Amino acid sequence: MYPEDFKYTREHEWVKVEGDVGVVGITFYAQQALGDIVYVDLPKVGTRVEQGKPLGSVESVKAVSDIYAPVSGEVIEVNEALVEQPELLNRDPHGAAWLAKIRLNSPEELNNLLDAAQYQALVAEES
Amino acid sequence: MRFLPKSDAERRQMLEALGLESVEELFAQIPPELRLGRPLALEPGRSEFEVLEFMRACGRQNKTGLPCFLGAGAYHHYRPVVVETLASRGEFLTAYTPYQAEISQGLLTAIFEFQTMICQLTGMDVANASMYDGSTAMAEAALMARRITGREHVVVAASVHPEYREVLRTYAHNQAIRIREAPYDPESGAVNVRAAASLLDDNTAALIIQSPNFFGVVEPLGELAEAAHAAGALLIHAFSEAVSLGLLAPCEQADIVAGELQSFALPPSYGGPYAGVIATREKFVRQLPGRLVGQTTDTRGNRAFCLTLATREQHIRREKATSNICTNQALVALMATIFMTAYGKQGLRELAEQNLAKAHYLAARLPLRFRGPFFNEFVVRCEAQPPEAINRALAGRNIIGGLPLARFYPELSDCMLLCVTEMIRREDMDRVAEVFQPGGAA
Amino acid sequence: MTGKARSHIVQDEPLVFEISAPGKRGCQLPPLDVPAVDAAEVLGAANVRREIEGFPELSEVEVVRHFTRLSTWNYAIDLGMYPLGSCTMKYNPRANEAAASVEGLLWAHPYQPEETVQGCLEIMARLERALAEITGMDAVSLQPAAGAHGELTGILLIRALLASRGNPRRKILIPDSAHGTNPATAAIAGYEVENIRSNERGMIDIEAFPSLVTEDVAALMITNPNTLGVFEVNIARIAEILHSKGALLYMDGANMNALVGITRPGDAGVDVLHLNLHKTFSTPHGGGGPGSGPVAVKKELEPFLPKPRLKQVNGQWRWDYDRPQSIGRVRAFYGNFGVLVRALAYIMACGPEGLRAATVDAVLNSNYVRKKLEPYYDLPHKEPSMHECVFSDRRQARHGVRTMDIAKRLIDYGFHPYTVAFPLIVPGALMIEPTESESLRELDLFIEAMIAIAREAEENPELVRTAPHTTRTSRVDEVTAARKPILRWRPER
Repeated sequence: MYPEDFKYTREHEWVKVEGDVGVVGITFYAQQALGDIVYVDLPKVGTRVEQGKPLGSVESVKAVSDIYAPVSGEVIEVNEALVEQPELLNRDPHGAAWLAKIRLNSPEELNNLLDAAQYQALVAEES
Repeated sequence: MRFLPKSDAERRQMLEALGLESVEELFAQIPPELRLGRPLALEPGRSEFEVLEFMRACGRQNKTGLPCFLGAGAYHHYRPVVVETLASRGEFLTAYTPYQAEISQGLLTAIFEFQTMICQLTGMDVANASMYDGSTAMAEAALMARRITGREHVVVAASVHPEYREVLRTYAHNQAIRIREAPYDPESGAVNVRAAASLLDDNTAALIIQSPNFFGVVEPLGELAEAAHAAGALLIHAFSEAVSLGLLAPCEQADIVAGELQSFALPPSYGGPYAGVIATREKFVRQLPGRLVGQTTDTRGNRAFCLTLATREQHIRREKATSNICTNQALVALMATIFMTAYGKQGLRELAEQNLAKAHYLAARLPLRFRGPFFNEFVVRCEAQPPEAINRALAGRNIIGGLPLARFYPELSDCMLLCVTEMIRREDMDRVAEVFQPGGAA
Repeated sequence: MTGKARSHIVQDEPLVFEISAPGKRGCQLPPLDVPAVDAAEVLGAANVRREIEGFPELSEVEVVRHFTRLSTWNYAIDLGMYPLGSCTMKYNPRANEAAASVEGLLWAHPYQPEETVQGCLEIMARLERALAEITGMDAVSLQPAAGAHGELTGILLIRALLASRGNPRRKILIPDSAHGTNPATAAIAGYEVENIRSNERGMIDIEAFPSLVTEDVAALMITNPNTLGVFEVNIARIAEILHSKGALLYMDGANMNALVGITRPGDAGVDVLHLNLHKTFSTPHGGGGPGSGPVAVKKELEPFLPKPRLKQVNGQWRWDYDRPQSIGRVRAFYGNFGVLVRALAYIMACGPEGLRAATVDAVLNSNYVRKKLEPYYDLPHKEPSMHECVFSDRRQARHGVRTMDIAKRLIDYGFHPYTVAFPLIVPGALMIEPTESESLRELDLFIEAMIAIAREAEENPELVRTAPHTTRTSRVDEVTAARKPILRWRPER
């Protein structure tokens, strides 16, 4: 369920590192808890984000949830597909529905995150 | 008590079911020192007849039912009887906010129609389901512009309704928004475009213009929009006389329209309840405060309506909401919807044309202060005697005169703002013109 | 099913734009008694609009049929109970409507000289006095247009008072059980919000409270009774603690219906509160407004109230604009006057005995419903309820049935749903406030319906999950409405 090569936050975001860039998204557990997603508020390209601080939000009909940046750096790309099709987040949260790509400025932060096994345990606890 | 549908026997029955001896036990958890140990010091309850007699006596104490030349944000227009008939139906009057779409389709449909008609009138893409009034709609539009642009300050024309500007100041004060005022041209009565432009900088979120403005003058919205956009700011078009929308061209370059719909809904009612509205471009919809009704389908595929984009609102976003507004003025907006439907495309235009014709008839006979084009309000100079004396003379002829401007514009203290609507008859205007003649106010 | 609800055929009806036909009019004006003017000449051609494209054109009959048909698709208090918690959906006396329609009141212009509108000013002065007496406060402003507006005004007053003492402070404490307008208001007033957790009894934790009131705290926003319907028994102590630290106590008056004539917020130490005239004081909801949200304050806040204020000069009422410390205006003109008339009419009709009796019946009704439903629905907080009670959907959730489903199924029984999923501190909440306007018969029918649904949740959960079944539309697709918003009609291309 949860890809081995991702790192995870306690707030249910994931990051996949490709060189000095982190691709970030929200997990399957997160989208399931939110229900049908109707809107995604993504940061602008060029925004500086900080690990643990909000970089955007995701909305269902009756709730809004902040998305916290798993890593610090600069947003170099956002997933425009989510503007037209927010439902992608429900369908493929670990793949096609990535949210943003961040150029990392402090890769050592990745050590603060959970690996797949730890995240799996967290999810089992919260359920 | 006639509003309480229980007999004492039923109350006793209910107490028994609760295992209680008396109703006082229901309040046992309230600390005794907080119990009000006496009846409220109010007059005893009265019969319906007595209450209405009191209200009618208050009504008789007022001077109404006379030709009235006051406008300035509240207007005397003819309201078709069906507005009251339909809006007073219990299914509209005593309904709750339509959160449960399945049993509120009547209201939701009417609001959807309202939103559509406002867009048609203002040339905007989307409108909300109404705000408290024009003044708060304008203030909320300013906050909206700030969210959209990320900039902090606003420029507002001095020809915007003075009380609207006061409300804006109250709202702005706590959000650290600086307000600059753009002066009006003393010849035309409209905003001086160059002066307004010079006040715009790269931290200006919006330029706020009312048209027709407080003086009744039509503002050069197109030029002002250009100036605003050149500075990266939004153009907010405010209005207080909704009937003007029937005749005046909407500004294609406006970003947000915020206005007052009282003219379409109900008589002046001593200042309220009114209904404001905010309309805007599609791209700004998520920053729009207030309720929105959207079209959708039910599980059987039938067209249905529901409140939507609720995540902007207070009950979900809480401290991050676009506004704290909860109520919309649903019933007043409904009245406006019925009014607009009853008058219709041709009727609304004719209504506006009559206002224009009558106002210009009287204005031609009086010393005008400003040269700018005007709709149904205009400012006159009181040359022979002060505005108060003119009004006293008019009162003696059973006419309610215009608004002396000294209280809002000291530089215009020899002037009065007059409003003429379709409800004013020619002979009343002739009498007003007489009073303005030298010696006429004797 | 109970005998309360039966189906009936209702007319369908398209949108006005879809029945529109060119040349139809629903309203005729008298002929012009002055010469017509050429709009283009007088205004400048660029200022004159083309036709209002797409605007409807209907005859009067079609207008009447259209809106009448629409009205038949709506639920309303006149049709039956709304057990909505914290909304106080009580009967809207028709005499109020007659009062507000008095010609002399309806046609008064807000800028008429004061001596010509003494009737309006008398009504406003009386209402201010009555509300001050009911709440135990010193001064009242009738200017705010709605509850949330009154709330904002109240917080601005607190800010102004504290600023005048040298420091407006930074934070406002808000219980996690609060209505969403509370934190939204605090944020708009420029304050940071600090959420404080309710204790296991659902009330403000009085042990933990003193340490929360730092020098940064401007005020606590309390709702009393709180959104669980429970009276905050420590309210006087809470007020003392706040005052000792130079902070203030704001009360959200949404639940006043449990207190009128029994206890007064002012006597408990509340400094500012707002009222909802469309709740406690019976003015109609009208589908979502207009309401009115007066603020009541203790005398140290009186100088800051919105201007103008009413004062008597030589036996006449006047508007006093000489209020140098006022926070300014929160809206144009003086208040939702038409709503104020209705509220005064209600207060005059009830008198002190009637108001108190209404409170007693409201609390009696809520407790009766609670007692009868306790065997069937989970009651997370066992504290005594006042005018509303809160259940949770825990038992029904075991069968996959949630509070929203139960609410929708209640519609098939002829009732409007209760408040769903609020307060947030009770997962799966069902918040029920019958108000005093419900007869024993209506209450028993409601209870029967809720019991039947509890049974259905066990025996036939699918039926409940797909409810309602008897309404003109079935459940609407709110997801698509939010993903692809269609917010206006457009003609087919």
